[in-house]
Amino acid sequence: MKVAATLTVNGVAYPVELDQGTTLLAAVRDVVGLTGSKEGCDDSECGACMMLLDGRPVNACSYLALQAEGSEITTVEGLADGETLAPLQTAFLEQGGVQCGFCTPGMLISATALLASNPDPTEDEVRIGLSGNLCRCTGYDGIVKAVLSVAGSS
Amino acid sequence: MSVSAFVTASSVDDAVAALAGGARPVAGGTDLVVGARSGKSTLPESIVAIHRIAELRGLAESADGLRLGPLTSHEEICASDVVRSRYAALADAAAIVGSHATRAQGTVGGNLMNASPAMETGGPLICFGGEVTLRSAAGERTVALDDFFTGPGGTVAEAGELLTAVHLPAPAARTGSAYLRLEYRRQMEIAVVGATAVVTVADGRVTHARVAMTALAPTIRRVPEAEAALVGSDGGAGAIEAAGAAVAAAATPISDVRGSAGYRRAMAAVIARRAIESALSRARGEAS
Repeated sequence: MKVAATLTVNGVAYPVELDQGTTLLAAVRDVVGLTGSKEGCDDSECGACMMLLDGRPVNACSYLALQAEGSEITTVEGLADGETLAPLQTAFLEQGGVQCGFCTPGMLISATALLASNPDPTEDEVRIGLSGNLCRCTGYDGIVKAVLSVAGSS
Repeated sequence: MSVSAFVTASSVDDAVAALAGGARPVAGGTDLVVGARSGKSTLPESIVAIHRIAELRGLAESADGLRLGPLTSHEEICASDVVRSRYAALADAAAIVGSHATRAQGTVGGNLMNASPAMETGGPLICFGGEVTLRSAAGERTVALDDFFTGPGGTVAEAGELLTAVHLPAPAARTGSAYLRLEYRRQMEIAVVGATAVVTVADGRVTHARVAMTALAPTIRRVPEAEAALVGSDGGAGAIEAAGAAVAAAATPISDVRGSAGYRRAMAAVIARRAIESALSRARGEAS
């Protein structure tokens, strides 16, 4: 039996009907309709589904959607200001941090969370911070450079 | 089986009532939901979400020690100055759980109740003399963490009991502690082998020692023989060697994809020695 709930994603309240066991990722992708967040491993290993929950990172594939009711959810769609990309997004493009793009939404969210808690990380801290996000294309170097290029600037 | 009932508790009384009715608790979901997604288990039919219960949050230091609400996240533990300065081994452990998403959502209460023999915070919590409070509809009891784990995934907590607090007594002056693990990568990892040491040093002698092993037995547990090798000693190389050997001798590891029993036993001595060395140097106020 589905239950009614309200999920607040990127500042917009979405009334939804969900099965109780629905994950946050499935709710945001399939019910709300925001498909930026990806399903990679579906096992909390790869970070492709990463979102922010009240500003803190969560692997949304392994979090129950109904637990997020009452919290502010942020996905990659919420990072840009209209057509203007966030500095971190621009840096990813400029530094070669994007190839196939599948990990990118989770990487951007993860890096946003990292910079929120540690605004001027060292390269080692960036690599540690992003270790829950797997990328099979870039070799990580462009991603790390992108994060470092905006670090300390906010 | 699918989830047919989901309630969000706003108080401990609400949560305990739901547990009495057969619901299972979820907080950060980093074990319960991950286990279901990976196919290790299915989600419970009835779930009570406890993550909004304010009285289960937060760290509070008092004259007799530190109280951790079970919803305290690994991130909050590592960020706590009190934990970092007085309970360093616990900060060591919390800092290497999963990734920053795991640490932001995963809680110390969930970590304990999940009872993995490889989980990181168990050794430090045991070695600091930790106790937990368990509450059910029938009442409340306190259990020493020394007596808490019964096997992989098993604790003495009964189905209707909710872990409502973790209490650590105040460590004596000149106490140092460390937790470290053998790992194949730095994050998104669990201990291949882990060791915790908590030592107190006075006048050049070790006056108190607690040593626990992780991923080396069906539960995380103390190794009294290693503690005996340290207490009364000068904390020198001979005592550390003997304590490490005692951990290896007490280990009853399994062989699995992450390491053979023989490898784990050999590494038990090494990791235990390193944890003890680090704890001693912290107790002496040396750089660590």
